[in-house]
Amino acid sequence: MASVTLHRISKRFGQVPVLRDVTLEVADGEFLAILGPSGCGKSTLLRILAGLEGCDAGSVILGNEDVTEHAAKRRNLAMVFQSYALYPHMSVRQNISLPLELRRLNAWQRVPLLGRLSGGAIRDEIRAEVTQVAGSLALEALLDRRPSQLSGGQRQRVALARAMVRHPAAFLMDEPLSNLDARLRGEAREEIVALQKRLGATVLYVTHDQEEAMAMADRVAVMREGQVLQVAAPQALYDDPVSLEVARFVGSPPMNALAARADAQGHVELAGVALPFRAEAARGGSIAVTLGVRPEALRLAAHGIPAELRRIERLGAEAILHAAIPGIAEPALARLPPEDVAGLSPGDRIALMPVRAMLFGADGARLALHAERREHAL
Amino acid sequence: MRSDAAPRSGGRPGAAAEQATAWLLALPATLLMWAMLLGPAVAVGLLSLTGWNFGEAEIAWLGLGNYAEMWGDRVFWISLRNTLIYVGISVPATVLLGLVAAIAIEGVTRGRGFYRAAYFLPVASTLLAMALVWEFMFHPTVGFVNQTLRAMGLPTTDWLQNPDTALLALAVIGVWQNLGLAMVLFMAGLKSIPKDLYEALSMDGADGAWERFRRVTWPLLGPALVFVMAITAIRSFQVFDTVAVLTEGGPSKSTEVLLYTMVQNGFSFLRSAYGAAITMVFLVFTLALTMAQTVLLDRRAHYG
Repeated sequence: MASVTLHRISKRFGQVPVLRDVTLEVADGEFLAILGPSGCGKSTLLRILAGLEGCDAGSVILGNEDVTEHAAKRRNLAMVFQSYALYPHMSVRQNISLPLELRRLNAWQRVPLLGRLSGGAIRDEIRAEVTQVAGSLALEALLDRRPSQLSGGQRQRVALARAMVRHPAAFLMDEPLSNLDARLRGEAREEIVALQKRLGATVLYVTHDQEEAMAMADRVAVMREGQVLQVAAPQALYDDPVSLEVARFVGSPPMNALAARADAQGHVELAGVALPFRAEAARGGSIAVTLGVRPEALRLAAHGIPAELRRIERLGAEAILHAAIPGIAEPALARLPPEDVAGLSPGDRIALMPVRAMLFGADGARLALHAERREHAL
Repeated sequence: MRSDAAPRSGGRPGAAAEQATAWLLALPATLLMWAMLLGPAVAVGLLSLTGWNFGEAEIAWLGLGNYAEMWGDRVFWISLRNTLIYVGISVPATVLLGLVAAIAIEGVTRGRGFYRAAYFLPVASTLLAMALVWEFMFHPTVGFVNQTLRAMGLPTTDWLQNPDTALLALAVIGVWQNLGLAMVLFMAGLKSIPKDLYEALSMDGADGAWERFRRVTWPLLGPALVFVMAITAIRSFQVFDTVAVLTEGGPSKSTEVLLYTMVQNGFSFLRSAYGAAITMVFLVFTLALTMAQTVLLDRRAHYG
């Protein structure tokens, strides 16, 4: 295993820039998720790292070696594709042994039929290793099947086995779970993380599913429009996002972004109600800001922001309130214990108060915000 | 238990009515298929069992008489042998060259449409007209083929009038004509191979063109290959126009092929029933090829 560094990578497709000056460092044995909406360049970044795609500028470093100019074959990286890309005409055993055959047998030994005359010892060795890897992924019973005879979960494990068998410097995974159903996805998630920990593997894992990224990764890199917005551990990303974009992308339901104003003294006001937070004093009077409130930080209060209850989702362990605040287009979401909303029904007038919040400027950048030490009726 | 004892086909309510409707909807197609395709084939089969010559008022039942005559007919055996040799030369050559052309054209970045159209042109053109060009190409003195051979210091011959080379020359024309079709079908086959597989292959450690071809392209072209082989074989079996225009079966029956023999008997000699019997042999070969293709496609070439 090795560390992976992508240094100042840029890439255009024709006139369209898909990656702008992207730098990422992944430590040896680290699980890094690259999270972003489709089209943000995350897959292209992975393909540049794999050597399947060239980059216009920047360098790819594996361990201590600059491999930017190396072909995919020489990089010793393994990739798990979204489609699994198993060879449909080969048995599971052949699928898993091919990477070893291509690397260990010489050109003569790879010739069909006649090549069998030599390299027997190497073949036995490969066979043993394939059997061992298959065993570790519970695939022994399936070794003679074709991929078309396997379920989605089994195919996914074969793809993993094919990647594992030659002990690569790092694993690259491109949405490997997106073709599985919800239950299998949960299982596969655990399996991959357990495997990664056991092997001490360096993993770069591309996904658009924030929950997947948060649940699996040591660190998450959030990408958008060809740029890395933030790289942080899952909890840090959630608690301390650098911008409104990152904050809205992480967490489900997403964070409420409420239009508010901050004045020269740092008082924050939302829909005419003063809030118990203090911003850095705004220069030049009152400015428009966005108050970011996680749904679990928005509570019902006796006095607070007036709102009209639109809808209640009662999910059993919790309830999600959708409330319309005058002057704000998007409904505010609050996540509450079910007993708090027992008597409520749509159409009711309620009052809301955030207990924690983040502040963002008009450009989406994070601003400092402090809780005010003052008693407030909650 | 239900009280009514009437047997139920599918058990689902309304299934019987649905069946009836299905048959009703299939009726026009079924009728047309019998009138246009199966009916004539059966008619030819029946005709081959008679001794009818074109224009005769009476139709005499001969049973297998025509087939017995065919068994002893030297010309029929020559013609069958020539047809098989023709197919044996032109099918492998067409498949191989078609595959090479398809892969080469897939590989170019510019002008793909032009090359595709150029190769496909012979398929769409009238072979009768193009035979004129080929006659000139094979001309013993001014022809392009002999001029080239002479320039390279190689021996020449009158390709279409030499009994040893006439069939080969016709096979070359056949390859030229069917190459475009094979190429187009192979290109479709190549397009259906997922790009992921090539990428997985290069991650797995293969980057040479040969490894790519042998590990992914060739095995995954299986379905296309079977189809191309069947269709070129059937088209080769139908060789007729070049023979009729360029060699008339000669010299000394060296290019006598199945359909040419059939046409001669059925239309020139007015021996309609005998012609029908030869047609039946032709049909059997075509049918066998079609069935072989279907079986292979179902079994081997499918990975689904």
